[in-house]
Amino acid sequence: MTRPHEVVERTLAAAAHLVGCAVIVRETSQAVLRWANSTMTTNGHSTAGSVTVVALVGVHGGTAAGVAASSVAITAPEQLTDLVQAAEAAARGAGPARDAMPLPEPTDTDPDWADPAGVTSIAVFGELVDGLAEVLAGPQRQYGYAAHSVVTTWLGTSAGVRRRWVQPSGYVELNAKTPDLAGSAWVGVSTADFRDVDVVELAAGAARRLAWGARRVELPAGRHETLLPPSAVADLMLYLAWSMDGRPAQEGRSALAGPDGPRTGERLSALPLTLTCDPTAPGLEYPPFLSTSWSGDGLSVFDNGAPNRRVDWVREGVVHELGYSRAEAAEFGTAFTPPGENLLLTGGSTASTADLVANTERGLLLTCLWYVRTVDPATLLLTGLTRDGVYLVEGGEVVAEVAHNFRFNYSPLDVLRRTTEVGATERTLPREMDGFTRAAMPPMRVPEFNMSSVSLGR
Amino acid sequence: MTTEPSDLDRVDPQFRALPLAELADAALGRARELGAEHADLRVERIAGQSISLRDGEVTHLADSLTLGLAVRVLVDGVWGFASHLELTSDRAAAVAEQAVAVARALAPVARERVERAGEPVHRNAVHVSDYAIDPLTVPAREKVELLTERSRRLLAEDGIDHVHAGVGAVRENKYYADLAGTTTTQQRVRIAPSLTVTAVDRAAGGFETLNSLAPPTGRGWEYLTGEGWDFTGELAELPELLAEKTKAPSVQAGRYDLVIDPTNLWLTIHESIGHATEYDRAIGYEAAYAGTSFATPDQLGTLRYGSPLMHVTGDRTQQHGLATTGYDDDGVATSRWDLVRDGVLVGYQLDRTFAPRLGLSRSNGCAFADSPHHIPLQRMANVSLQPAPDGDPSTADLISGVDRGIYVVGDKSWSIDMQRYNFQFTGQRFYRIEDGRLAGQLRDVAYQATTTDFWASMDAVGGPSTWRLPGAMNCGKAQPGQIAAVSHGCPSARFRGVTVLNTAEEGR
Repeated sequence: MTRPHEVVERTLAAAAHLVGCAVIVRETSQAVLRWANSTMTTNGHSTAGSVTVVALVGVHGGTAAGVAASSVAITAPEQLTDLVQAAEAAARGAGPARDAMPLPEPTDTDPDWADPAGVTSIAVFGELVDGLAEVLAGPQRQYGYAAHSVVTTWLGTSAGVRRRWVQPSGYVELNAKTPDLAGSAWVGVSTADFRDVDVVELAAGAARRLAWGARRVELPAGRHETLLPPSAVADLMLYLAWSMDGRPAQEGRSALAGPDGPRTGERLSALPLTLTCDPTAPGLEYPPFLSTSWSGDGLSVFDNGAPNRRVDWVREGVVHELGYSRAEAAEFGTAFTPPGENLLLTGGSTASTADLVANTERGLLLTCLWYVRTVDPATLLLTGLTRDGVYLVEGGEVVAEVAHNFRFNYSPLDVLRRTTEVGATERTLPREMDGFTRAAMPPMRVPEFNMSSVSLGR
Repeated sequence: MTTEPSDLDRVDPQFRALPLAELADAALGRARELGAEHADLRVERIAGQSISLRDGEVTHLADSLTLGLAVRVLVDGVWGFASHLELTSDRAAAVAEQAVAVARALAPVARERVERAGEPVHRNAVHVSDYAIDPLTVPAREKVELLTERSRRLLAEDGIDHVHAGVGAVRENKYYADLAGTTTTQQRVRIAPSLTVTAVDRAAGGFETLNSLAPPTGRGWEYLTGEGWDFTGELAELPELLAEKTKAPSVQAGRYDLVIDPTNLWLTIHESIGHATEYDRAIGYEAAYAGTSFATPDQLGTLRYGSPLMHVTGDRTQQHGLATTGYDDDGVATSRWDLVRDGVLVGYQLDRTFAPRLGLSRSNGCAFADSPHHIPLQRMANVSLQPAPDGDPSTADLISGVDRGIYVVGDKSWSIDMQRYNFQFTGQRFYRIEDGRLAGQLRDVAYQATTTDFWASMDAVGGPSTWRLPGAMNCGKAQPGQIAAVSHGCPSARFRGVTVLNTAEEGR
């Protein structure tokens, strides 16, 4: 098989007659373990790859863009020529693009450009499997999943960009249930290589939460003071971050749109909270360059190769930036603001979740959220469920587990507007956004979180 | 529709040209040598196209192609799986070795041994889905022109500020071979149009949208040009419907009788019946992720799921169904069966691993993997609510039996808990029902219920003339995540005393 960087060069050569071209080669190596009812279920290793060609073609009225992506082994040069032709045909079918821009000029080079792809194997779980054998033999019913992937990306453009990035990602989550299935607890962590994962300790954490279920109480739906742990905050803030596209706000079709235009500059919180994507965040790094096969709100294939940067969607409590492709930035007279692949909320105190519990007279401590969906995009009202443990806090201690879950209806904008206490930011694993492994969030206190109804689901 | 072997000619020639038999020989032979008691090889070629327009201009047009092979083995009752994108005999054998190695590596922590239901051998079986025009053979320019014309027609109307339009299409080729001797070659085509119109109220600082109700379907390009959906008629109505929606009064929260159109009810069926009757969920295999089910196997034959009018089938043979196929990814010939009969749970969706656990000698054919790089799972059949067996009550007939209620049309927001009890749905349009007649649109409506209470409250179902086959292209399940396309046939139906929320009040 042709080496990936050579695939890029050969494809660009085949596209030399076009106005421009971007080529993205990705190779993915992934190993997974899954278990349920305390036994292994579906496990495996996969090797996949893709070549994506973005063809920029001169057409009547401007420049058109078309994309052709192939997840096929490359064994002959003709395949690359065919791919370029498919992308060119797509561009001619599409017609002139509103987001047409000259491709970005190179700003950096990667010395490992010609290196082969990173790989993983089932062996990455060696220590985890040893620990798992002990956990699965324990008294609780165990369910869970561990995944490790290494994705290597090569990006080359006709403007001279040559970039390479190796992205390792991993996570493990454990769902422990009491033998009668009446109690359920969840813990999850993300990791780059599993060397920092102690599955026995994770299981012990789940067991401690199950022990809180020794006393169970029923509570009515309604507005409850609620402690959102970092995982739950992450799931809510991801919806907010994904709603920060600038064009919809400019056009009045977004929760970030106001009567006079985008709500940038509007204060959401009296607390100095900052919601950020940052490609250099320690332990949560993502590619320093943009590679995409998609054009839409806030994103453009014409931006392939542009540098990623830290973006503060909310800075010290104020809506600060919205997402704009370079073409949109020019159209609306603002700065190019690329999307990010991690999310951090900072600006709280040094308090842990346990500290927030200790400062609570009466409230609910959640574990995580599930099946979160947008109800009203105009207000970013979300609905969803609590999952795998809602605990009653009284007098600064967890005193019981609530015997059921709740359906909530609440907006992440209101989480920021109404929170009264925010703790220390820590790396966390969102439960709902499966596979989003690069998040750092604090625990938050929301005085009147709307638990709309009781859910019998456990 | 299962076709005669001569119809192999309809299968994409590029797929037929692959060395399928050689790959099977290499992979299955190596797996047998290494001691696998079962092995299967899948070779998949999935071609797709997506087109998106904003306000009559193309924002995105992309073609995609995925090709690869997967080997799944059972070694001493433990699953192993591996895949690769290279299609050579050497690679197929190496992938088989890798799959066996995975099974052996995990054997020490596998506390159960897998046993599978039997299945007759299907040699050289062929299935091609029921479509007229392969959408991937239609020039992109022709598709863009159609979507552009429709977008511009709508943009020219008063009160429509933005139009988003698009279409996605897939042609899926799958070859399956196993050690027992089954070999199947299949081709399925599906298409998903989308269209949203938006009205912006700058002065009030809000906006409202309305979606086309045209569902994705197992048809070809002919669907976009009028076979199976009246796009011309729907587009003509959208401006007025959106204008009425923007001015509609906000609903008063409370309990209402609901008449639910199939364009909305399909999603409620999907979430509260489709997923709840997946056997793997019911016994905990999805507990850590997608969740479990309140409808546990110990209640089979006794669980009162809903009213006696409730007859729900699982079906992988429904014409134009998105989950329709000839043979599943266990090599099982597909079928139709009852899930809920006379309101009682009577069946599950199964694969060959789970059928024996339910005491059944044969699977009902629900194994599916969405790519060559994923393991087959028990995935959803076309789960459908049957219409009234006698007569043909119309939607208007159902509405006429409501004094104070709401008629719900089109799907929008959806959410249900991990045991499939508590759900909340919104929709595209809501109409007040007063004294058996529609009395204008309402806004800010969501209905919320517990599954068994909701289905128990169903006191009427529409007849065959109200039956439609909506669905979704992207039902998600499992880790690593897989998507599947699935349809849900249903008539209009009436439900008594359902809780309705005012979403504006919920957000305060």
